[in-house]
Amino acid sequence: MTHTGASWIFEPGFFSSGPVHLALIVGATTACVSGVSGIFTVVRGQSFAGHAFSDIGAAGGSAAFLLGTSPLFGFVVMNLVAAGGMDLIGVQRRRSRDVATGVVLGAALGLAALFLYLGTTSSSTTGATISVLFGDIFALPPSIVPVIVILSVLSVGVSLVLYRPLILSSLSPDLSTARGVPLRLTGVGFLASLALAVSLSAITIGAILSTALLIGPAATAVRITRRTGFAILFAILIAAFTTWLGVLLAYDSYYWTPSHRAWPVSFFIVSLIFMLYVAVEVVTGRVRASPKNGEPGETT
Amino acid sequence: MTHPPETGPEEILRVEAVRVVLSGRLIIDDVSFTCLGGEFVGLIGSNGAGKTTLMRVILGLVRPAAGRILVAGEPRSRRNPLIGYVPQKINLDPDVPMRARDLVGLGLDGHRFGPPWPSAKRAARVDEMIEAVDATGFADSRVGSLSGGEQQRIMIAHALISRPRLLLLDEPLANLDISSEREVVKLVASIAARHKVAVVVSTHDMNPLLTVMSRVVYVAAGRVASGTTDEVVTTRTLSRLYGHDVDVIDVNGRVLVVAGRENEGLHHHEYDNGEPPP
Ligand SMILES: Nc1ncnc2c1ncn2[C@@H]1O[C@H](COP(=O)(O)OP(=O)(O)OP(=O)(O)O)[C@@H](O)[C@H]1O
Ligand SMILES: [Mg+2]
Repeated sequence: MTHTGASWIFEPGFFSSGPVHLALIVGATTACVSGVSGIFTVVRGQSFAGHAFSDIGAAGGSAAFLLGTSPLFGFVVMNLVAAGGMDLIGVQRRRSRDVATGVVLGAALGLAALFLYLGTTSSSTTGATISVLFGDIFALPPSIVPVIVILSVLSVGVSLVLYRPLILSSLSPDLSTARGVPLRLTGVGFLASLALAVSLSAITIGAILSTALLIGPAATAVRITRRTGFAILFAILIAAFTTWLGVLLAYDSYYWTPSHRAWPVSFFIVSLIFMLYVAVEVVTGRVRASPKNGEPGETT
Repeated sequence: MTHPPETGPEEILRVEAVRVVLSGRLIIDDVSFTCLGGEFVGLIGSNGAGKTTLMRVILGLVRPAAGRILVAGEPRSRRNPLIGYVPQKINLDPDVPMRARDLVGLGLDGHRFGPPWPSAKRAARVDEMIEAVDATGFADSRVGSLSGGEQQRIMIAHALISRPRLLLLDEPLANLDISSEREVVKLVASIAARHKVAVVVSTHDMNPLLTVMSRVVYVAAGRVASGTTDEVVTTRTLSRLYGHDVDVIDVNGRVLVVAGRENEGLHHHEYDNGEPPP
């Protein structure tokens, strides 16, 4: 087969494939959610909670698999329950926050171990467990799209409504309480929004890797700009770009080897996120090391 | 609120016989003082004396076990727009994508829902405030990357932009070198005078404030004193308060408070309990 023009990049059938369309739609939607949540996670210094949700989601997803329901349902329910648990234990106070997260995380990991064990021993298809942990965006049923869109709107909506209180309360709880910010509501609202965001990215790249989509683009975005709004925009663009390119590369990878075995999408997405982060780090790091120029390389 | 002319400065803050008990422990007992518009009050005390706690009481974050607080004649309440507050410590990662000017703007509307909407009016107000605290040079830098003194200026602008009548600054001079210390004190004093704001500044070292504060509130475990600077800053009163010998000395026309040498000067050993030596 000879490749000419765009067909060299886009292997045959990429644009006509139903699963590819679905993957691109789901990828773009979850990219928006991760972008918004990711930046607030960085601003509030709560990436440990984000990471905890990805492992807690694994417990939910594997439980859903055992019960024969959609993993998304498992991710969402388990993570929202965990968010409530973290709040009850005392996640609002910065000092006890990581401890509360750790306690809930430990309990969830125990459940994940049990469910995954039952899942792999009770059925002959280990594939389902793998897809919970590492994602299988090409195998999503089309009926899941409306659910994903609704959850995305919810997650982004909550974060945007709480935009300013989220920033203010992360600076100082006392200051924001004195200003009339409902601290607990803000904290719980953010945890719920984060729980949804991690669940959605678990659908895209799997439970284990879902924090990569949450933190990676956000960490890259905050290197490029010092404005919160732009950071959110860049994080969304980076997440969408890496997800789409990852889907494309995974599709193409089917043709790379004679054995015709496509590589997992999550591998490509996470690798792209990582490479982009390193590239931006090298560029901004070098610029920053050069004699005082303000901070060029950043948009102001 | 109307400001009747010709009646002198208005009383902004009145603290009346306030006692605070936290988890069964008596933290502050019987603190009383008042603060007029334009007045600069120094809230002095060693670590753990209860300075932050007293500010939290004034802010309505802690309920006093006894006594009352009036802000501009009204009983204290949460979400009091008359009070501007700069906490002792703010959590700011160097990574946080936020410019100094964004933080100042949050002083105006940070408690509101939704993202901030840019408007010419808001931007002008932010610029004006940044200029007032002399922060133009670093207004576009990341807040997390600012030095302690720069961050303090930005936080003062953040607290002042909503035009409060009372400004509470908790340890604004901690971690500042002598020259930034002097600049921040000068800045706050001029703001107090110009905008008739009542300012309460807490510190463990009263020396930087001696030239500007008109009133001293001294808190320590079991010992409280308040009065004009001239009344409180005397060798006798301070030695009693600190529980060990303190000298108030005059160096080239500037008053300084220094620890006295042991076994020398005044002897008030009946007060030598409870107070850890500084
Ligand atoms: N929630 C609380 N429960 C019990 N004790 C408390 C509480 N908050 C503060 N304290 C105690 O009250 C005392 C006064 O604390 P506070 O923070 O007001 O001191 P401070 O004068 O501001 O000290 P520093 O100079 O170190 O800031 C301390 O002994 C502290 O341990
Ligand atoms: Mg304090």
